[in-house]
Amino acid sequence: MPWEVQEIVFRNFYTAFLSVRVQRPGPGGSRRWMTCLRDLCLMPCPHTEEGSQDYFCLHRHQMLCDVDQVTAMRFILRQPSPVWLHFTIEDLQIFPPGQKSPQKDFPSWLSQLTPPEQPASLHGELPDPEKVSTEVQQMWVLTEVIRARQAAARIGRFDVDGCYDINLLSYT
Amino acid sequence: MLDPDRGLSLTIARVVQRLQGSSLHSQLERQARVSLHKPEIKLESLKEDIKDFLKTSGWEKKLQNAVYSELNVFPSPCHPAAPPEHIKEPLAYMRKAQGSWEKRILKSLNSMCTELNIPLAQKRPANEQKELLNKWNEMGTDEPDLSLFRPVYAPKDFLEVLMNLRNPNYENGEQPSFRNHLGLIQVPLKVKDIPELKEGFSELGLNIGQLGIDDSAQVPPEFFENEHVRVGQKVLAEQDSAAAQQYVRQGCPTALRADLWALILNISNQPEDILYYEQLKSNVIQHNLLVDSLIYKDVKLTASNDDYYFVFEDYLYQVLLCFSRDTSVLEHFAYSSATPPKSYIQGKLGMEEYAVYYPPNGVIPFHGFSMYVAPLCFLYHEPSKLYQIFREMYVRFFFRLHSISSHPSGIVSLCLLFETLLQTHLPQLFYHLREIGAQPLRISFKWMVRAFSGYLATDQLLLLWDRILGYNSLEILAVLAAAVFAFRAVNLMEVTSLAAAEAVLADLSTLKVMPLLQIFLFATVT
Repeated sequence: MPWEVQEIVFRNFYTAFLSVRVQRPGPGGSRRWMTCLRDLCLMPCPHTEEGSQDYFCLHRHQMLCDVDQVTAMRFILRQPSPVWLHFTIEDLQIFPPGQKSPQKDFPSWLSQLTPPEQPASLHGELPDPEKVSTEVQQMWVLTEVIRARQAAARIGRFDVDGCYDINLLSYT
Repeated sequence: MLDPDRGLSLTIARVVQRLQGSSLHSQLERQARVSLHKPEIKLESLKEDIKDFLKTSGWEKKLQNAVYSELNVFPSPCHPAAPPEHIKEPLAYMRKAQGSWEKRILKSLNSMCTELNIPLAQKRPANEQKELLNKWNEMGTDEPDLSLFRPVYAPKDFLEVLMNLRNPNYENGEQPSFRNHLGLIQVPLKVKDIPELKEGFSELGLNIGQLGIDDSAQVPPEFFENEHVRVGQKVLAEQDSAAAQQYVRQGCPTALRADLWALILNISNQPEDILYYEQLKSNVIQHNLLVDSLIYKDVKLTASNDDYYFVFEDYLYQVLLCFSRDTSVLEHFAYSSATPPKSYIQGKLGMEEYAVYYPPNGVIPFHGFSMYVAPLCFLYHEPSKLYQIFREMYVRFFFRLHSISSHPSGIVSLCLLFETLLQTHLPQLFYHLREIGAQPLRISFKWMVRAFSGYLATDQLLLLWDRILGYNSLEILAVLAAAVFAFRAVNLMEVTSLAAAEAVLADLSTLKVMPLLQIFLFATVT
């Protein structure tokens, strides 16, 4: 029944700060509530729209504590500004490891290139340039490989078989 | 919000995808292959030697410029789970408002069509095609009967829509409170205040040389102007887009402006670009669009009546008619909140294989649209280059001025920025104008929607547009609008009606843009 958390994905709706607590076995074996995310700022300026309806994605390596063997999760939403009528988070999805979050428009070969072992957690540090450049080179090689399958560049045709007779615009 | 690794990989993948298959890509390949004949390229270190060759021959710089251009134009990738409409516009109620506004425009166009009994588009008969081809360079001499056509909308119609924009999740109470804005715009978007603007526009500071201020007749050119021109020539020699963008923040010397803007916008006018323009021209000849009449009417009403721009009337037709046929403009709808209008040919409604966009570029011109092109005619005289510069300016900047979005350079944010600046720094003036029924935005809206084109003297306008390119943002328009009100504050305090206020601000042609901006941002006591 206890599960492991790899990624949390959600869409914000006017929540300014998010804290997440998880219930997991602590030292000594007994279940305790621990804070894995404290006051993550979703809206930098809570009276204004910035970040109010954005999508967010939280990885386990961004969290303050381990998130395996979790039996319960608590999401604490804070919105200090009185101007909003409601605030919540929507489309909440929690992914265990091994199941990638939905990645539309994300070329499949790109995700296959990511090395299986994650490097040491990157709290605030820049990604290693050597690692990035080797990955980019691998991507470039694969780009060449799939280039043959790419559709031709835009032709610029706007008509259908030479015909462009239009009477009215469509509302749908 | 993405972690840095993922965000970087996504950005790289997107830029690679955009650039591959482009003419730059094939040119780089060709150059690399040609370089194999050179003696300094050795087999053991093939990759490194070719990379060095591309660097020394200037091709790496071209690639850098192309990548820089892509990063400037396309927004940073948001989460992969975000649907395409979120990338166009993150706020649901703004998307809805834009959709309703578009529907109104479509209805207006459809009703004009039915009233006048003219099809939206039809193929031109052969003799008409020949006639148009013959007078392509002098379309201004044509005097078609346009009295029945009316512009689809004017800026003031758009302002009414923006005034009624409301966030359903916001406390829009009837009682006046801190929640209600005192201006016309009632949506709580984040706008910069003066300290943030000072930081953002730091190159406009009092102790930094500016063209538009430090090149006036009283200032000896050795102090700033000569050196600035020298640096500009160097930037052009290096052909570096990013350096050019930084350079123009202090203004472009007139002689270098055309080349610098082309460098920033990454326009090189290759043979294939000229060919593309010729193809658009042939599309204009072949098909007659109702939008063409709207363009004619707009040019006749605005640019042809303007003392500075009437000489360019023919150029304007050549650019705008081709612009309407350019399907590459459809790409900008990926990051614009707008959607191109759709139709079905031959009346086959609902059948996807007969679905087309109308006009082909998806942009319906409004009253004053031709003023976006007119100032560029001073810089570029070759139609295909003029066309490409305009197209790039449109898909980077101008489209934001007539669509409803929450983007910091979108017209809604600019309006709110203007009103907030005025309210914060000239509260007495703002209150007075509001009391007499002359909300300041009613006067400044038309300036901002046209990016001040047609209101300022051309040399001043070009200095302003230098900064738009340099900072890759339209916020300077709102700052200038507030600065103009600050400049005429004394006169405005004495007026007692909207008409009188309009009269005070009717003529901006004598204003000097850069001193106004500098004083408002850096020399006003806050």
